Amino acid sequence: MADERLQKLSVRAITAFVIVFSVWFVIAERDGLLRLLTWLLAGLADAPRALEALISYYATLPSEPLLLSAGVGGLAGGIVSHLIWRRAVRTGKRVPQRALGLALGIGVGMAGAQIAATATQHCTYRPEASAAETLLGVVLTALTAIAVLLPLWTLLLGRRRFEQAESGYFRSRGLGYILLLPTLLSLLIFLYYPSAQMFNMSLMARRFPIRTERFVCLGNYISLLNDVVYQNSLLTTFLITIFVVLGSMVTALGIAVLASQKVRGAALYRTLLIFPFALSPVVSAAVFQAMFREGGSGLINYLLDLTLGVQPGWLRDAMLARLVVVFAAIWNILGFNIIFYVAGLQNVPRDLQEAAAIDGANRVQRFFRIVLPMLAPYTFFLLVTNVTYAFYGIYGAIDMLTQGGPPIGAAGALGGATEMLIYKLYQDGFRPGAPIGSAAAQAVFLFTIVAGLTVLQFRTIERNITYGG
Amino acid sequence: MNALRKRPRFGVHLALSIVCFIMCLPALYALQVATLDIVAAFQAPPQLFPPGNALGANVATLFERLRFDRLILNTTVVSLAIVIGKTVLALLAGLAFVYFRFRGKVVLFFFVLLTLLMPTEIIILPLFNLVAELGWTQTNPNLALTFPFLATATGAFLFRQHFSNIPRELADAAQIDGASPLRFLFAVLIPMSWNVIAAHALIQFIASWNQYIWARLVLPPDRFEVQLIQIGVRNAGSGPQTDFGLLMAAGIVASLPPLILFLLLQKQFMSGFAITHDK
Repeated sequence: MADERLQKLSVRAITAFVIVFSVWFVIAERDGLLRLLTWLLAGLADAPRALEALISYYATLPSEPLLLSAGVGGLAGGIVSHLIWRRAVRTGKRVPQRALGLALGIGVGMAGAQIAATATQHCTYRPEASAAETLLGVVLTALTAIAVLLPLWTLLLGRRRFEQAESGYFRSRGLGYILLLPTLLSLLIFLYYPSAQMFNMSLMARRFPIRTERFVCLGNYISLLNDVVYQNSLLTTFLITIFVVLGSMVTALGIAVLASQKVRGAALYRTLLIFPFALSPVVSAAVFQAMFREGGSGLINYLLDLTLGVQPGWLRDAMLARLVVVFAAIWNILGFNIIFYVAGLQNVPRDLQEAAAIDGANRVQRFFRIVLPMLAPYTFFLLVTNVTYAFYGIYGAIDMLTQGGPPIGAAGALGGATEMLIYKLYQDGFRPGAPIGSAAAQAVFLFTIVAGLTVLQFRTIERNITYGG
Repeated sequence: MNALRKRPRFGVHLALSIVCFIMCLPALYALQVATLDIVAAFQAPPQLFPPGNALGANVATLFERLRFDRLILNTTVVSLAIVIGKTVLALLAGLAFVYFRFRGKVVLFFFVLLTLLMPTEIIILPLFNLVAELGWTQTNPNLALTFPFLATATGAFLFRQHFSNIPRELADAAQIDGASPLRFLFAVLIPMSWNVIAAHALIQFIASWNQYIWARLVLPPDRFEVQLIQIGVRNAGSGPQTDFGLLMAAGIVASLPPLILFLLLQKQFMSGFAITHDK
């Protein structure tokens, strides 16, 4: 009883605190919030003008680039629609008629292609575009067309699954929009709008403090692809990501199997295993910097000297420096993975395992045939979060440990050994004389890579996924 | 009878102890180094035992020279604002997605879903321009550090998923009783969601407490007192000769709030995720 009263009291206290804090925060920052409002209203007032500009752009556009871009989009849309349609038929889904589906795919593909084409002012389809630009432009157009089509098809084929419940809805319709409004507005202003801006920036040549800019079509992308330092950075990123993701997930699974055994003190063990996830990448990198330092006072070199008689210069060697970054990242993220694998292991039905054991499956067989497939949803989720961490979250660790170094090539002509894409993006985007267009193009590439990896992971794992429990 | 042979407990304990020791080793080492002054920290071979006597001096330096008191206060305000804002927005979005029927719901759902692929780290370049245009970098650093991150797809999904598992009859009953949707949210949904709210809040708190990259760009580097705590840790390690005692002390002080919160909410945290990821 007393416990319940205490809980009620603490809930009241939390609610009161939340209200007081929010009111104080809004009042303290009222001028800034007002400026956001005026900025929004000004943007709204500007909308008709933007529409007019778009209309006059299309009115003066020569027909050749328009037809070419629409053709590429239509082709991509048609192919993708055909593939999706065939798979949907095989899996026995209710599908629209074949001709209708194809026409829809082509039409939407043609229209979707115009998003990328308008943003680039159809420059890749004009006669003066270089071969590389044309090729990249085709890829870009096709990707946009597909990006528009995929959600549409998911919608068409999965509609009935989405709206399941028959009852339990509130009658008011408008309120639904109002409840969503803060989320939508925030996403629109602080995610979608900057994303579009970033794409526009990537088509411009501009140096950091200077305001003037020049339209260079896909020139920034082409020169990035030809840049040795960028290629090395790409390679480094994949190398470190693979080691971080594989290392942390396999280790976490092993530890989770141990930690989910029902032994005395299991809770204490778990706490000791997962606490590093509450630390920041900066702090964990600081600890590893201290551990791996040279001069005989670092822990690792002291132990290595005692046992093997070697004292490697961890942060001066390219491979070793990458290894230290990988270690720091794994130590930081391991706890998070363990949490989810422990939760997942507890959901594996025990009777299934016992049945398999009666059938003569040994421990290893049971693990790979039963437990691992049952963990697939967790593995997928963790794969996405781990890849995201290795691509983006790792910035703090690199900045603390190596600052992108040590240099590789003669006098660092090939860049730094730990200069991952995200670190390079910030190095290139925020310094005096920074090539902003190139940095924006890097960001678009980085986004494409991570989005592509996520979609790929989703598609491959979706096929083997088991929704048990 | 018992098809799953029981492994000897001793082996499990031994294995767990070894793994725990390895996981804790970096932290233990950091604790030891934090007690050393700059001379002792550079001794070779390293002083692994006993602890030195400079912990108090190191911590005092943090608070006096690097203004960790202000940094902790700043980071607390920013993290609380982010956690509260995210929780409120995610709760409202979950309510709208699960308990309302309106035109374009599926499209709006995709609109939110798509943002899972757009992490803020990538768009920082234009986001920085936007925030500068609004004048927030100069006059409202607290807005610049919180407002762009209030809406996330993760939170909206978490609560949508959780609400979908709650019996629909409750909403019908609430309507018959004449309760408004917001009253339903506060009287029925939130009391049934404390574990999920706690899990979500804990993850978001840790993420915003540990944020580094954005703060480094937005905040003026020459003004110590407006920074966030992770920048403070970075500053504790800068200089011609890294003072590892000071740096480790900084790391430990900076990590205490999220660690304490994690220990307090650990139970809710584990069960909050066990529910939501149970397909």
